[in-house]
Amino acid sequence: MTIIREKMVQWDPVDIKAKLIAKYPPKVARKRAKQILINEALENETPEITANVRTIPGIITMRGCTYAGCKGVIMGPTRDIVNLVHGPIGCSFYAWLTRRNQTYAGPDDTPDNENFMNYCFSTDMQEQDIIFGGEKKLAAAIQEVYDLIHPKAIGVFATCPVGLIGDDIHTVAAQMKEKLGDCNVFAFSCEGYKGVSQSAGHHIANNQVFRHIVGENDVPKEGKFKINLLGEYNIGGDGFEIDRIFKKCGITNISTFSGNSSYDQFASAHQADLNAVMCHRSINYVADMLETKFGIPWVKVNFIGAHATAKSLRKIAAYFEDQELINRVEEVIAEEMPDIEAAAKDVGTRTAGKTAMLFVGGSRAHHYQELFKEMGMKTISAGYEFAHRDDYEGRQVIPNLKVDADSRNIEEIEVEPDESRYSPRKTPAEIEALAGSGVDLKKYDGMISEMDENTLIIDDLNQHEAEKLVELMKPDIFCAGIKEKYSIMKLGVPMKQLHSYDSGGPYAGFRGAINFYHEIDRLVGSRVFSYLKAPWQKNPELTAAYVWE
Amino acid sequence: MLLRHTPKEVKERNALTVNPAKTCQPIGAMYAALGIHACLPHSHGSQGCCAYHRSTLTRHYKEPISAATSSFTEGASVFGGQANLLQAINNIFNVYEPEVIAVHTTCLSETIGDDLPQIRKKAINEGKIPEGKYVLGASTPSYAGSHVTGFSTMVKSMVEFSEKTGEKNGRVNIIPGWVEPCDMEEIKRMAELTGVKTIMFPDTSGVLNGPMTGEYKMFPDGGTTVAELKSTGDSIGTLALGEWCSAAAARELDKKCKVPCRVLDIPIGLAATDRFVDALRTIAGVSVADELAFERGQLVDMITDMHQYFFKKKVAVAGDPDQVIAMVEFLISIDMCPVYIVTGTPGKKFEKRIRELTDDLDYEVKIKVKGDLFLLHQWIKNEPVDLLICNSYGKYIAKDEDIPLLRWGFPILDRQGHQYFPTVGYKGGLRLLEKILNLLLDRKDRDAEESNFELVL
Repeated sequence: MTIIREKMVQWDPVDIKAKLIAKYPPKVARKRAKQILINEALENETPEITANVRTIPGIITMRGCTYAGCKGVIMGPTRDIVNLVHGPIGCSFYAWLTRRNQTYAGPDDTPDNENFMNYCFSTDMQEQDIIFGGEKKLAAAIQEVYDLIHPKAIGVFATCPVGLIGDDIHTVAAQMKEKLGDCNVFAFSCEGYKGVSQSAGHHIANNQVFRHIVGENDVPKEGKFKINLLGEYNIGGDGFEIDRIFKKCGITNISTFSGNSSYDQFASAHQADLNAVMCHRSINYVADMLETKFGIPWVKVNFIGAHATAKSLRKIAAYFEDQELINRVEEVIAEEMPDIEAAAKDVGTRTAGKTAMLFVGGSRAHHYQELFKEMGMKTISAGYEFAHRDDYEGRQVIPNLKVDADSRNIEEIEVEPDESRYSPRKTPAEIEALAGSGVDLKKYDGMISEMDENTLIIDDLNQHEAEKLVELMKPDIFCAGIKEKYSIMKLGVPMKQLHSYDSGGPYAGFRGAINFYHEIDRLVGSRVFSYLKAPWQKNPELTAAYVWE
Repeated sequence: MLLRHTPKEVKERNALTVNPAKTCQPIGAMYAALGIHACLPHSHGSQGCCAYHRSTLTRHYKEPISAATSSFTEGASVFGGQANLLQAINNIFNVYEPEVIAVHTTCLSETIGDDLPQIRKKAINEGKIPEGKYVLGASTPSYAGSHVTGFSTMVKSMVEFSEKTGEKNGRVNIIPGWVEPCDMEEIKRMAELTGVKTIMFPDTSGVLNGPMTGEYKMFPDGGTTVAELKSTGDSIGTLALGEWCSAAAARELDKKCKVPCRVLDIPIGLAATDRFVDALRTIAGVSVADELAFERGQLVDMITDMHQYFFKKKVAVAGDPDQVIAMVEFLISIDMCPVYIVTGTPGKKFEKRIRELTDDLDYEVKIKVKGDLFLLHQWIKNEPVDLLICNSYGKYIAKDEDIPLLRWGFPILDRQGHQYFPTVGYKGGLRLLEKILNLLLDRKDRDAEESNFELVL
């Protein structure tokens, strides 16, 4: 513990920030300075950070593109929609099975057992398609998919050249939908150059799922407490664990957006009575649209961390105002907690006081702090790869967000209450009463308010800053993505990949928390990082004579 | 079943690719550029391309892959990416201080018609390229060729460094093709044993199979240096290993500096390695080193000792042209039967070459150029094989059809060793045979009844 305390006092966040940007040309330094925030406790307000702005060309970024956010993140985990990528082969190839979202389609001989996630479909555009246009090839490819496997839905994804050459993918999709008759075909204008990061792709996916699928199935779904789980992607089986807990509590999950999801789940999502939002960044648009069109309120939840899971379950139960559910949730929590507490206590003897850094996603860098907290670890620096200001500062800043050239290009769809199916689940008075009892609807406070004073919050962290940060602050563990993993490991610092986990999981829910404690315990306590120096490097004297037996 | 929607019946597809056996050009250019010492690859496109290539290479090598991007936005896509690239060049030389930036294009920058040579000229005129540093450019549109083409094009662009001083350097250029870092090491070792001094380019050994030392070097010690690349113009000759990956650069060097070249197959397997070693000894005018002859003997020993397990075993092979050609020749040489052969990379020469290799066989060989793994799977469903040789994506077919899989090629995302243990040369041949035998014999043991389960195989 003394060593750790020493490390803590060494930091001067102002000095660290200065060192992070010291090497940059002046223009870059000025821009980056606005995205590096030293957390300070302000009275009644949260400090402001710049986020969701362009990446600087040449600065090695963690970010991906709009296509990755749309096809890879949001639509990738849905098993029974054929994802047909319209473009040269690469985009489809790289998004093929690389994200570890699990799905369960059932055995081969069950009805509705479609699972296309192990497949990669592409129009493999060639030079002549770029020159003469690719619409005909796209239509032919849709027909070939249909003839081959008769899916119930085909999603078409645009890659960079598609937008540039002006292929009208939406018209092709609509025409093919009409021609095929029993196959819903829709398209996503998710060209990689749109927006400033994956985030734009999330928004585009949200819009099209809402426009083309949600509300398509009115066959009633059974269940007393019906919810949708929004922004959960079943990486490493996270969603399976959350569903296990829901089931145990008697909560019916109509649709997860989009881990382990199917077309029918999306189509029935309007039948839920509450939307529980996990990853606020990637899916809050759907939450808002479901509320406007169907009257379903949403509440922010977090199933990362055992206590956060318990809190989220209580929030859901409180929302339904049903004593039986409230009691059942308490029973489940009481049943699950002893194992978790025992694991945390055991692991905590080795992890308490250690430090972590998290640079992932639009929610994960916030959510996973819960797990580290449960292990007695402190997050000393964190930031998102593609979040917006509201994910840092809280949703109250949304009205003040500036619309710039990049965000203006991303479609905002106008949604109106559904003529026959709009039914507000709660009256304004009920909503107010809920808020009074601690269940705030449509509220997310963001990451900053939960982080300690003098921690560093850094948006769109890049290679250079990551290396410096690790060098200067020497965390016990660093969490980011696969591209960052091995440069950090080479420095002798354990690294946990928090996008797809690389291996392991689930880390969500109760059992997931225990998995995570053990994984982090393994990483921060392992002897394997002690071999970096050879014996002769530790004692390089050449004078000593060799001692023979 | 993992691939439960793959029907047995093969229908011709004209517009749709399913489960590709290739990816796009830029990743090849990125891999090649990593083989130049202190070089930062740069992707001139939207940042997703760079992220995807870095992720795939990282997963394959379990090593850091540094590369930068022009981070195109919609504005840049409309007005051209010149401003982004100029800014990027300036930032890269200031922040990361590489010796070389190797820029490759993408479908985005190619479609809008960005002119790399012109942008580079502007960068030079504006003083954005420091004295003694270089910016290299390769045009690698994703909508033509494959990752193999991108590799070849970037290697060809390296010839730009070559200078002809008029004084020979006594070296032989070896262009190794798209092989693993350890393969490059092994090729250099064989040349050294034969007494041939070489310049290998590109050379990812020491770059993508680096050690763990507690120190992170964005630019590890390995890679072909700029001085070596300059000197390639003074070499005695060039051995290009692989028509698809290496020939273009060798011919360019011949054209530019009159360095004569020979295009050989990648030395995978006995015969291709023999030809490579024979070329080396002829160039050096020496006898083959005892050590190499000994290694050859060991390989032949293993082939003859275990021939009964190879004989008539049917194999499906998917991969890149240069590698597949060498592999097919090797398989035939040990009496295995490569019955299905697929590459995703277009090019008529491939089928012609495979036909030449397989012409006098007494069984049918199905070949698909610009084929995909979906078709390969359908063929297997119609007539099964004993072994599948493919990259990691083959595991879905292998599990469904219960066929042993030899992971081979790019990318390998679920096993380790490819960056450390070569498959080229005689030693590499031994390793391939060991792997094939392990797969076949593990299968034999697994399937044996108690009564015929045997200790000695």
